[in-house]
Amino acid sequence: MPETKVKKMLFILSKATLDNVYAAFIMANGARMEGIEAEIFFTFFGLEAINKEKLDHLHVATVGNPAMHMPTMLGGLPGMEAIATKMMKKEMEKLDMPPVGEFLEILSDSGVKLWACKLAVEMFHLEEKDLIDDLDGILTIGDFYNRADTEDTHMLFV
Amino acid sequence: MNVERNEEGYLKDFSQWTKEIGTEIAKENDIEMTDKHWEVITYLQDKFKNEDALSIRGIKKSGIINIKEFYALFPKGPLKVSTKIAGIPKPKSCI
Repeated sequence: MPETKVKKMLFILSKATLDNVYAAFIMANGARMEGIEAEIFFTFFGLEAINKEKLDHLHVATVGNPAMHMPTMLGGLPGMEAIATKMMKKEMEKLDMPPVGEFLEILSDSGVKLWACKLAVEMFHLEEKDLIDDLDGILTIGDFYNRADTEDTHMLFV
Repeated sequence: MNVERNEEGYLKDFSQWTKEIGTEIAKENDIEMTDKHWEVITYLQDKFKNEDALSIRGIKKSGIINIKEFYALFPKGPLKVSTKIAGIPKPKSCI
């Protein structure tokens, strides 16, 4: 089997819904497991995934998500998001998928660089102490582009 | 090396595995085996014999090695490389 040509994967995570966060995390971890470098840039609502106070309370979206197969009106009822989130977390636990906090530890230990977006940090009035200890730093998007410093680097927006 | 391997270099039959074969496969992957490497290999083989699925989270909980050390010992895809050396199939899990 030929070696992959991809050398580095850069992810931009802009959403805090559980499904998007896990998609980015699984792809970043999967890259490292294949010997590919990986970095994640957390911006806008994606910042919640590295916000100490918020990261263990992320939800799946039940409104505006046609794959939930649920009328939008129902999805908007109080408690629906909590139920859907609980169900999804249970299924993920069965697959031995770690919770967000533990997943971040695994990513950091695996050598995935974790960056917060400077503009979004300022917009949400956050400080470095609000964010996880494993964070590698706060960058501008320009700084992040400069991380694409090797050939065969790919960038993905989640 | 007188063993059957698949196109990715994994042993087709674990019962054919010996430490010498493991050492050879490690060399192909530019890894010089140490006691710590073998400790991990034994752990992986025990898991395989018990039919436990392998994952990076499992490594974290193994008590044998932490994830940072695991990547340091087996760079370029630690589970992929270490299972190959251990003579067991490539893990199918996405995590």
